[in-house]
Amino acid sequence: MAELIQILISGLAAGSIYALAAVGFTLLWQASQTINFAQGEFVMLPAFFVLVGMTVFGLPLWPSVFLALALSLVILGVAFKRLIVEPMLPHGTLPLVIATIALGLLMKESVKEFYGATAQPFPAIFPQTVYHVAGASVSLQDIGNLIVSMLAIGGLQLFLNRTRTGRCMQASAQNPAVAEILGVNVKRMVLYTFLINAALATIASVLISPIYLAKFSNGETLGLVAFIAAIVGGFNQIRGALVGGLLIGVIDNVSAVYISAEYRSAMPLILLIAIILLRPQGLLGTPEGRTV
Amino acid sequence: MTRLQPVLFVLGIAALVLAPIGQGNYIVYTLCSWLLFSIAAMGLNLTLGYAGQVSLAQAAFMGIGAYITSLLTLAGIHWGLAAILSIAASFAVGLMLGYPALRVQHHFLAFVTLAFNTLLFLVLRNEEEITGGSFGLSGMERPSFFGVSTDTNMAFYYFSLVCFLIAAFAMWWILRSPWGRAFKALRENPIRAESLGLKIRRQTLLAFAIGSAFGGLAGALQAPLVQFIEPGSFALIHSLKLLLMVVVGGSGFFFGPMLGAAVVILLPEVLRFTEGYYLIIYSVLVIVLMVYSPSGLIGLGRRIAEKLKPRHEARRDLQQGVQL
Amino acid sequence: MIRKLLSTAAIFVACTAAPALAELKIGSIVELSGPGAAAGTNFRDGVKMGFEEVNAAGGILKEPVTVLEYDSQTDPQVSRAMVQKAIDDGIYAITGTVFSSSTVVNMMVAKQYGIPQFTGSEAPSITAKGNPYIFRTAFGSQKGVPKLVKYMVEKMGVKKVGVAWANTEFGKGGHQAFIDEAKKAGLEIVVDVPSEQAQADFSADVLKLKNSGAEAFFVYYTEEESARFLREARKQGLDKPLVGETTLTGHKVIELAGDAANGAMGHVGLTPDADIPALKEMVERFKTKFKYTPDHNAIKGYTAAWTLKYVTEMVGSPDGKAIAEKLHGLTLKASEYPGVLMDVSWDETGEMSRESFFVKVENGKQVVDAILPPN
Repeated sequence: MAELIQILISGLAAGSIYALAAVGFTLLWQASQTINFAQGEFVMLPAFFVLVGMTVFGLPLWPSVFLALALSLVILGVAFKRLIVEPMLPHGTLPLVIATIALGLLMKESVKEFYGATAQPFPAIFPQTVYHVAGASVSLQDIGNLIVSMLAIGGLQLFLNRTRTGRCMQASAQNPAVAEILGVNVKRMVLYTFLINAALATIASVLISPIYLAKFSNGETLGLVAFIAAIVGGFNQIRGALVGGLLIGVIDNVSAVYISAEYRSAMPLILLIAIILLRPQGLLGTPEGRTV
Repeated sequence: MTRLQPVLFVLGIAALVLAPIGQGNYIVYTLCSWLLFSIAAMGLNLTLGYAGQVSLAQAAFMGIGAYITSLLTLAGIHWGLAAILSIAASFAVGLMLGYPALRVQHHFLAFVTLAFNTLLFLVLRNEEEITGGSFGLSGMERPSFFGVSTDTNMAFYYFSLVCFLIAAFAMWWILRSPWGRAFKALRENPIRAESLGLKIRRQTLLAFAIGSAFGGLAGALQAPLVQFIEPGSFALIHSLKLLLMVVVGGSGFFFGPMLGAAVVILLPEVLRFTEGYYLIIYSVLVIVLMVYSPSGLIGLGRRIAEKLKPRHEARRDLQQGVQL
Repeated sequence: MIRKLLSTAAIFVACTAAPALAELKIGSIVELSGPGAAAGTNFRDGVKMGFEEVNAAGGILKEPVTVLEYDSQTDPQVSRAMVQKAIDDGIYAITGTVFSSSTVVNMMVAKQYGIPQFTGSEAPSITAKGNPYIFRTAFGSQKGVPKLVKYMVEKMGVKKVGVAWANTEFGKGGHQAFIDEAKKAGLEIVVDVPSEQAQADFSADVLKLKNSGAEAFFVYYTEEESARFLREARKQGLDKPLVGETTLTGHKVIELAGDAANGAMGHVGLTPDADIPALKEMVERFKTKFKYTPDHNAIKGYTAAWTLKYVTEMVGSPDGKAIAEKLHGLTLKASEYPGVLMDVSWDETGEMSRESFFVKVENGKQVVDAILPPN
């Protein structure tokens, strides 16, 4: 029993971070049909902005985090949209997919060349205290990560459903033409989506790097996991990405302990294939008529 | 233009035959790599550029080909038979993978192939009794035909060239056949094509399977070229690299994949003087290319050529007519 | 007249041939991109610094050495191309690669051309192939592990042991060697947990170890994975001894894992933390030059450069075949040949042996517990 609790808690803590990356992924998809193959690198990079703030400018942790957030909003939000996504939207999905693959490579290689090829320690946001509950070890870090990512996603959901801007964003995503006619500034709404994705990536980066350690190649697995989580949960729903992320986190741990450690990363993929064949809209998604 | 084509064709083959003469081993070996990646990219181009489906498992099909060929040749079976079996296996796996995926929804083949590639990697790594696990397989002999060995790099180049020409001719024939022409109809107007009796799904599925079979052939060549294979050579990242080759060269153009493969393989060499920065420069170039010319280098070339060419004066009277 | 012509021609040939012979080139083929980049960069920098010092000390056979660098991209196919290129460029010896998948391919080609190759790989299979041109710069894991198993059985009194390892070609070599050796020593393996490449979440792995009832664990990961593992082990209160080979107690692991590294122990061949003055000075020079702390790969590369100088000068010419023959069965003493840093010898297969250490991490520092003789 203690074993199962341990697995669930560890799985949820890891899964909550996958969820953050997956939510950003679905947001971009909804707003602009961007399948972002650089999403993993989007989560990798802000940690290095923080490290640059701390080591190069000698700032304390929190100011560095805000510096990283600002840089991410500008680079991963505005610049990504203006320089890469916008000029390519009329060409359809494929060139954009290729461009994001190249972008991921660019980010990875730049970090490696300009910061270093080896992993860097990253300061923890939460204290390292560990509690023992019913035989399971739970760290404050795990709980903190879970709570912060839930708050971020919950807040985002509230923002999208309860505020005027949020509804305009949803309208722009569902039917840009009609939204435009109704007086919504669709371009601005799409920009907001990119900014939100950048902010989510920064949060995920700051939460995950104390555990993962900051390394240029961190995005490789993370991006794939976010991708799988988004499809499993449902590409067109935020809560779908949330459930998908948590589910992948738990399945990974469950299969490593109970099924086969060698095939632990196969389980999410088998789930992915099963979902595509049996419920293509995802666990919580709604069917969409659009074909790419 | 049509009268020029056979001349260009002969010149092209002559260039390929003469290319390695007087070159060092490295150039000849790199040319072999280029030929085999061109074959794989050509297959992916059929899937991507003509049938409009994204496959993220072309490296996996190369892996199927390479592993089958290695295991069989290590067991003493001749390369020729091993290669045919590799191609057949890749084709069959393509059918099995594509059938359910294409049944569901248009763009889901991409996701299924993505999962398949990583699954295949795990199987190759974990089932080490058969595949040798993460240490891979080594010591595959280069084949000999009628007593002529392909052991030297030069001989292997001509052997790869023959395979490449057969593959290229097969592709050309497929695209020229009525069946291949149907893709053009499909690309330009799917609804009309379907109403004319084209079975889109069956057509697409076959294209994907044939494209995968080309991957199998490329893998069958890779095993004796490198004489070592390991699961990591067929991981997802290599499928993305192949995808990049096709799109950078120009997807949907016959020569696109060959150009793309050349760029991806030779660019590190050209950018060597930049030391560690070549991947950074390369990725920036790809992004810029995609922004300005989503149809790749061939598309870019055509646009430039059109700008330079003297244009026919448009018939103003017709314009007038439309206005009236 | 003809004789005169011939003799001038001979002189001409001699003149042009002499500088061509004297121009010594080394091919440094390593992983500078792809998954092996961290290890490869270290090795490359070690080689670079080694040859810079060799050149400052008058070069090899009084000729300056040019190091040509090639990136294998951690891809055996590219790596093979790079070996071909290096040979086309006229190198007379190769240093690298670190990943054994590339080394296996490279040594096949290098053998054809009779080029000696100094590899950083530690996989047992490398020297088991009977290739006369391959030489290790650090002993293979099949040599290190027996020392460690012996220590576990004799000094620690362990009977039941658990294994945690990275399921990659790196981890696989260590894992295999340990399983073989543990069986020989009569150790019972109660749990065997492989992990993915660059795995980040070790909670399931640690949980399995914790519930296994083993008295000690053999932990074989790369530096970064080791650090993540140690943190998780600390978190879940895994209080049995964690024993590693080379990586677990490394400087980088201690930097990354912080307090969680305390108590980890292991066997190390080359370590920047070893208490050997020559090694410490080399590490200091490296730090000032490259602004980071080298790992064992950098030291391997560094000693490869000096070894090549010593052996080439013993042979008297940059002749690959003669160098390879000389190296088999050769011992270089650090007192006579300071560039090798520690006494070292090679056997007939190219395998090498050297003194090694059993170390523990205490208060964030590597402490040498025992010096183990070469085997």
